[in-house]
This record gives sequence, structure tokens and C-alpha cells, in this order.
Amino acid sequence: MIRFEAVTKAYADASPAVDDLTLEAPTGAITVLVGPSGCGKTTTLRMVNRMIEPTSGRITIDGVDTASMDPARLRRGIGYVIQHGGLFPHQTVERNIATVPLLLGWDRAKALSRARELIELVGLPAALGRRYPAALSGGQQQRVGVARALAADPPVMLMDEPFSAVDPVVRDQLQEEFLRLQSHLGKTILFVTHDIDEAIKLGDQVAVLRVGGRLAQLAPPAQLLAHPADDFVAGFVGRDRGYRALGFVAATLPVRPERTVALGSTVGAGEGWVLVVDDGRPLGWLDTARHPGPVDRSSLALGGTLASAGGSLRAALDAALSSPSGRGVVVDDEGRVVGTATPSDVIAAIEAQRAESAAGGGAP
Amino acid sequence: MIASVWSWLTDPANWRGAGGISSRLGEHLGYSAVVILIAAAIAIPLGLWSGHSGRGRWLISAANAARAVPTIGLLFATSLWLGPHVTGDLAFTVPSILVLVLLAIPPILAGAYAGVEAVDPAVRDAARGMGLTGPQVLRKVEVPLALPLLVSGLRSAVLQVVATATIAAYVGLGGLGRYLIDGLASGRYAVMAGGAVLVSGLALVADLVMAALQRLAASPGLLPPGRRKRRSDRPDAGPDPPHGTTVDVPAGQDREGSRTHRR
Ligand SMILES: Nc1ncnc2c1ncn2[C@@H]1O[C@H](COP(=O)(O)OP(=O)(O)O)[C@@H](O)[C@H]1O
Ligand SMILES: [Mg+2]
Repeated sequence: MIRFEAVTKAYADASPAVDDLTLEAPTGAITVLVGPSGCGKTTTLRMVNRMIEPTSGRITIDGVDTASMDPARLRRGIGYVIQHGGLFPHQTVERNIATVPLLLGWDRAKALSRARELIELVGLPAALGRRYPAALSGGQQQRVGVARALAADPPVMLMDEPFSAVDPVVRDQLQEEFLRLQSHLGKTILFVTHDIDEAIKLGDQVAVLRVGGRLAQLAPPAQLLAHPADDFVAGFVGRDRGYRALGFVAATLPVRPERTVALGSTVGAGEGWVLVVDDGRPLGWLDTARHPGPVDRSSLALGGTLASAGGSLRAALDAALSSPSGRGVVVDDEGRVVGTATPSDVIAAIEAQRAESAAGGGAP
Repeated sequence: MIASVWSWLTDPANWRGAGGISSRLGEHLGYSAVVILIAAAIAIPLGLWSGHSGRGRWLISAANAARAVPTIGLLFATSLWLGPHVTGDLAFTVPSILVLVLLAIPPILAGAYAGVEAVDPAVRDAARGMGLTGPQVLRKVEVPLALPLLVSGLRSAVLQVVATATIAAYVGLGGLGRYLIDGLASGRYAVMAGGAVLVSGLALVADLVMAALQRLAASPGLLPPGRRKRRSDRPDAGPDPPHGTTVDVPAGQDREGSRTHRR
């Protein structure tokens, strides 16, 4: 657990960058610091590994005051990932990743084999280990940055906008993999971003900071969306928050049975949209009016999203809205079709869920 | 004229003996090596320290300003000044070495400083953030990254010293400068021209050696992508960029282009 106790940082001749911050980042969870540019997120993060010294207040990790530790030793025990990777251009990827283990005195062979293990863990091809950073794409460099921070298996990780320098598609992919990794590793993570969507997607809890480094709200993402503490948070959380909040509401959808057909079977022109599957898994929708006859893979309409049976109402609504047939495909854990739901089915479920929580006076 | 220079250069008799070309070459190289070693021992640590700490920048400016002092004037001045205090051969050796060291320091100092100073702040920051101590950051990150510029500074110092070590002859010391002075004094222009040819040849060879060293000094990660593999793998391989003999045209320019994450 990382604890900030009344921490203030004032740079010379300026109003404080971080002002009287009290915050707890629980063990094994992702705490996201989010806020507009210049609100003191980086300063907050860097005070944990003493890259910046607080003006006043105390920061403890598992009860130990960081001010009492040697800064270099403290940092070797904390994974640190920065926006542009900060990889050493003169060293191979492997050698970059092995940095902290080597500093800790591991023998070279062990450190390098650990590096190779991590290359795989972060989803990079093993051959990249002997390349130099300049030969890597931005997304690959960020993965190496994460691998390097994980190398000595530190319990605590600090991540400063690690995914903001890559394009949106790669970012999405990195976020997914980051969550998958964290579900195995269970690190205590302090994660900085200026992107509220990223904060909501990744955070177990989200701390919203306002300019001047004051904590505006600390809450789990669902609560932040449903009950912003004030106008600043409501404004920052943004326009689509009603829709995004659905992401935290589990669906209890009345799923309609859906007729499915296999590739190669024959359909008639009057059958409307039919769902084509392979071994129960959806391949796509087919417009029988345009492609009557034997079902051919190339005539499928692709692009509809899938909702999982136990998933969120947001995913269900998105599946219903994005389906060319107007019926969203719901699948089970194995990815097999369970049935479909229309947009009005989902809206009805949302309203039912509302009525229920209003009656219970409970959670959002 | 050219023929007489050629015959002087190729006459084996001119190469042998105490005043022969071989021993003059040896003296010349010896002085140059001593000078470069002393200058490097002073300038490299100073430059690295200044680049690492961001302090003492005035040193680099001061050293650069000192380049404006004419070497030969400085040589006579130091000889006159030291003459009464030092006896024997040293009275001549010390001023020559001193003057040449002063000549060699600015490019080495500038190269070492610029090399460290040019290190990407994000890289330096990441190094500290991972728990490298100050000296470790210098040793494991800044120095390796500074090497191409550092060696480029060294290279320009070598070129200048080898060319300028001829002046040692003015104060009665050996080296290839003797041929210039003696040739001039005795009106044997073939000897003078031959000496000049030898000095240029030596400078050229030294520069080539330094150029090779410069290539070896850079980590493969710092070379532009095309050079990391064999030349022929790169269809768009153009001619080499012109080699700077001063640090003002650093090899580090190439390095910027390969940092894909800093577009
Ligand atoms: N080294 C510094 N010296 C002076 N002011 C600084 C320094 N670093 C950051 N600041 C100021 O502190 C405030 C917070 O900066 P920072 O923590 O980097 O914000 P964020 O990461 O949220 O964008 C900004 O107003 C910034 O200008
Ligand atoms: Mg920042």
C-alpha cells in the first residue's frame, strides 16, 4: 500500500503543484491519477520514488517512510514506466530489460534469461531481444518499457502516461494486455493519465485531481460516473458518462433464441438476416435478400460487436446497435452463440435495473 | 621540383640514422601521443563532469576562446618565461608540450561535454528512476552515449596536434618540423616540401585511424538503421555523409534520426 499523508510540493516561487494530498493506493490494485494537464499528476507520482522530494508531508510504502530509505535502493524496488519508454538506445532490448536485476547483483545469465521471459510475457517476439530500441515501433518500445519495470518483480509500479504516445488502436491493445497481466501479477500500481476513458477502463479506483494539485474525488470508476462529487469532476468525466456508466452494470438480459446456419448450407431469399456460425461461434450476418443460395464466407456482413452473457449493459447495447440485423449477438464464455437481444430489449433491461436499484436505494 | 621531392623521399639514405626520416617520424608521433594523452587525461574527465552535472560550462567557453591565441606566439612566450626556471632539454620540451596540450584540450573538452549534454533527458531520467546512482548513470548510460561525439573531439585534436607539432622544431626539438625549418634555412626546397608531404601524410593516416576508432566506439544501437546491417541490404544507401573533423559536425546528427520515439 502506498500512502500519501498531507503531501505538498511547491516548486520555487510558485503556487503548490501538489497541495495537501492525502491518498491511499491499496495493495494489489490499480489506482489511477487523472486530471487536466499541469494538475500535478507527474509530480505526485515522482514523489513516491523520490525523483522529486515533497516540500512537506509523508509518503509511506507498506508503512515504511520513503524519506528514510536510500533513494537508489528505493527506486530499484519500484517499477517505473514513463511516457516515451526512456529505453537505453545503446543497449539491446534484452539488456535494457535486465537493467534492474543486474543492478541488484543477479548474475548475468540469470538476468538475461529473466529478460527473455519478460519479452514473452509482454507479448513480443523473442527475436526482438537482440535488437536495439531504435529498430522497434512505438508500441513495442512501450512494451519493453513495461517489461523493464517488471524485471525484478517489484511489488509497486509507477506508470506515467505509459500508453499516451501510441496510436489509439495500439493503445487499446496495450491497455487490454496490461489488464490481463495485472490480473496475474496483482501489483500495487499508481497510474497517471490525462485521459478519463483510460482512467475508467484501467482503474480499480480513480483519483481526480484539479489544477493546483488538489484531490477532487477518489472513487471507483462506476461511482465516479454515477455520482461525480462536484461540477469540476462532472465536467471532466465528460459527456458520454451515462453511456460509459453502463459498462459497470451487469446485464440480466432476456436473450431471444436465434436461428443459426453453417457455411455451405442453403438459404432462401425471403429469410431476412441470418446468423452464420462455425461450430457454434458467430462468423457474421448474411443478408439473404442479396445473397440467396449456398452460404459463402465472402458474403458475410462483419463488424458487429459481441456481448457476453454475463457482461455489461454497455457491451450489450453496443452489440445491439452495431449489428447489421438490429439484433445483438450474445455469446457464452466459450464464445458460442446463446441468442440475440435488440436495442429495445437492452433499454428495457436498463430501465428494469434502474427501477430495481431505486427501490433498493442501493448501488448505481 | 616534384621529381626532386620524390627522390628525396625515396632515397633510403634519408630514412636512416639519427636525423633520418624514420627517427623524425618517431619523434613526431611520440610528441603527439604524449600531448594527446595529457590533454585527454585533463579534458575528458572535465568535459564528462561538466555535461553530467550541468556545471562548469564556462570552462568550455573559456577553452574555446583560448583557441584564438596564436600557437606560435604562445610557444615563444612560454619558452621565454620558463627558460630561466628550467634547465637542459626540459627548457624546450616543456613549452612545446604545454602549448600543444593547450591546443588539444578545447576540442576534446567540447566533444566530451557535448556528448553527455546531448543525451536524451528521458533516457537519463529513466536511468535514475530505475535506481542507478549518479556515477552509474554517467558510466553506464551517459559515457556510452557520449562516445561518438567524444571520439570525434579526440579525432579533431589528433589532427591538429599532428599538424601543429611541427612547431616543436622552432625551439630546437626534433620531429618532422625540422625538415621545414632546416629546408628553409638552407634553401633546400625539396627537403622542405618533402617534410610538408610527410606531415600531411602522417596527419591523414592518424585521422583514418581515428575514424575507424570512431566507428568502433559507437554502439550498434546508435548507428542509423542502414548501417547496422551490411551495406548491400540497403537499396537506398547513399554516399557517406561528409566526416566532420571538428565536433561542430558531430556524428551524433545521425543518431537523432534513429530515435523513432522522438518524432
Ligand atoms: N521542475 C519544475 N519546476 C517548476 N515547476 C514545475 C516543475 N515541474 C513541474 N512544475 C509545475 O508543476 C505543475 C504540475 O506539473 P506536473 O506534475 O508535471 O503536471 P501533470 O503531470 O499533471 O501534467 C505544473 O504547473 C508545472 O508547470
Ligand atoms: Mg505529466
